[in-house]
Amino acid sequence: MNEMPFDPSQFPLPHLLGIEGLSPVDISLLLDRADEYVGVNRTRGQMLDTLAARTVMNLFFEASTRTRTSFELAGKRLGAEVINMSVSTSSIKKGETLIDTAMTLNAMHPDVLVVRHGSSGAVKLLSEKVNCAVINAGDGSHEHPTQALLDALTIRRRKGRLDGLQVAICGDIRHSRVARSNIHLLNTMGARVRLIAPKTLLPAEVERLGVEVFHDMKAGLKDCDIVMMLRLQTERMASGFFPSVREYYHFYGLDYAKLEAAKPDALIMHPGPMNRGVEIASDVADDIGRSAIREQVEMGVAVRMACLEVLCSNLDREDAR
Amino acid sequence: MSQDRLHPGIKIAYVNARLLDPATGLDALGGVLTEGETIIEFGAGLFRDSVPEDAKVIDCQGKCLCPGVVDMRMHMSGENVNTTGAAAVAGGVTTAVCLPGIKPVIDDPSVVEFIARTARKAGLVKVYPYGAITKGLEGNELAEMGMLARSGAVAFTDGLRSVANARTMAQALSYAATFGLMIVEHAEEPSLSEGGAMNEGETATRLGLPGIPREAEAIIIERDLNLAKMTGGRLHFAHVSTAQSVELIRRAKDAGITVTCDTAPPYFALNETAVGDYRTFAKLSPPLRCEADREAIVQGLRDGAIDAIASDHSPKSEDLKRLPFADAATGGLGLETLLAVTLELVHNGHLGLLEALGLITQHPAELLGLPAGRLKVGAAADLVLFDLDVGWQVKEELLHSKAKNTPFDGRPLQGRVLRTVIDGRTVFEL
Repeated sequence: MNEMPFDPSQFPLPHLLGIEGLSPVDISLLLDRADEYVGVNRTRGQMLDTLAARTVMNLFFEASTRTRTSFELAGKRLGAEVINMSVSTSSIKKGETLIDTAMTLNAMHPDVLVVRHGSSGAVKLLSEKVNCAVINAGDGSHEHPTQALLDALTIRRRKGRLDGLQVAICGDIRHSRVARSNIHLLNTMGARVRLIAPKTLLPAEVERLGVEVFHDMKAGLKDCDIVMMLRLQTERMASGFFPSVREYYHFYGLDYAKLEAAKPDALIMHPGPMNRGVEIASDVADDIGRSAIREQVEMGVAVRMACLEVLCSNLDREDAR
Repeated sequence: MSQDRLHPGIKIAYVNARLLDPATGLDALGGVLTEGETIIEFGAGLFRDSVPEDAKVIDCQGKCLCPGVVDMRMHMSGENVNTTGAAAVAGGVTTAVCLPGIKPVIDDPSVVEFIARTARKAGLVKVYPYGAITKGLEGNELAEMGMLARSGAVAFTDGLRSVANARTMAQALSYAATFGLMIVEHAEEPSLSEGGAMNEGETATRLGLPGIPREAEAIIIERDLNLAKMTGGRLHFAHVSTAQSVELIRRAKDAGITVTCDTAPPYFALNETAVGDYRTFAKLSPPLRCEADREAIVQGLRDGAIDAIASDHSPKSEDLKRLPFADAATGGLGLETLLAVTLELVHNGHLGLLEALGLITQHPAELLGLPAGRLKVGAAADLVLFDLDVGWQVKEELLHSKAKNTPFDGRPLQGRVLRTVIDGRTVFEL
């Protein structure tokens, strides 16, 4: 991969805390590099040493299997040492503990901390207390930048571009960090974003983020190129955000009838894990021709490889200074 | 104004001062003569020609000399009376009223007496306590308001909680009126604000934080205005923060309801963008609102819909603030910036100097019936000398509080306290 015109030092930030604030150039840099890694990952027996002697720590304050595994694999594919810190959610409730944990881990001199936390802004707070690179693997309802990047890579590979595409994001926008990161990324890259949800599941003044808001699914899906479904946490029902799963599925579950409004070649996406029969019909989710859900998982590893590489290379520059 | 032989103690002559007294509209070059703890003479032109031989002279060099600042709302929790007192006098505050939300809750006469005694011993700011409206601030049973009033509580409030139950509030208003005291309400419908971390709106949406809608404030204000009308009780709203609140209170005043309100500097000098990237020092209760609300608060101060400005001083330790935003404590320091941020309203042309000073001296003192907030012969010599124009920047290391959680961190301000005098003694000097 020697003659590739890839310069990781072009990425301007020490951490990846969110998509908001990244430029189209920054995003493209990560996507282009990730795209190269897709091929590498598909070749069996390939092992790189780009991050040899680097230590990546996964620090997940919220349970997660797929994202953590994806980061773990990404680190290992690049030759890094990867350690998973399982932090029991019950013992970690207070932020003092968050800071304490950060300080403790920092003293072990990792190169990258990959952090997921249930509170918006918690990963940024942690990043202020450590001198390694930090990747936000999801903070509260705020951002999940690598998810948006892997979604973008999936779309770009299928559609050849992001610019000018009509993308609908459907479901629990209010509580979704995936939605926020995707809104920022897609807007930055020139796609047009629509949100589809009942009013209770939309945050206040969300249209100020530069999106079009729909409450009727068919109207919202009309002529869309991409349909992104979000996971609905059924616990939200208890807080009165919607009356029942049956009613939610009736109005906002993606089935073929509603999908008809979208373009015939519209791509279906979901960040997983799916609630079949709640936000998406099983047959739609499994439609090989239209669903990109499994591909998203594949892109996840590639995108995280690119992120790890870029941030580690910035660490060197910091050290050199 | 004659010399009074009844005040023993040393005499101090404050000469060459720009003398300001909002209560009488005095704004002239003059002086003040104190003897012991008391003002014995003041006025325009005083000491122009000569100074009493037996008096120590303090030359004010033409700077502003006015009644000590009266802060009608601060929290003492988390700090002791010495650090709070030091912060107060550094801000020119000579009289302050503390909220009942300390431990123990001020719902018992012995606590009222304890606070007054401790503050007296510290000899810094004079502290008067609010009494609780309900026992333990729990919103259920009325506290012993009569006894609390007898032992020195100046009004009643449940601090940062609204009295959620309308019937309890009606009874509180009615019962407090028996003793001629007012009920001070933090207006926030708890079922709407619960779990909220900042003002509901674009910023909260961007940050992924649960919002507190403005309507939570308006709903309680509308309810309580009705209850005040129904009971004839004396009602005051603490720290109003929204345009709608100001409008509701303005209209109620026009309709003859006996209602007053105050706000705090963050609500006319900052808006929700101060939260920026999860700055927990800007996490306040009520939350910082949007720019249109801030403008409406300024307008309310201009036209008299808002009667006073309180510091809302609320020291919070690092342990309580260095947390993810949603978990961090609410509240910000305010004593040391109260005067200077209020003076912004003067420098920005919104208020005259006497009007602005009235909002932090005469008005709060009159609302609560405190013997403070005006220049008066025979009254305690509580004074503040300040430079109206000098610029400075709010910095952690300049603050006297133990906690450093000021929402005005880094802000350049114009106007600074030079000297604070309580009972004739200089307790702060820059």
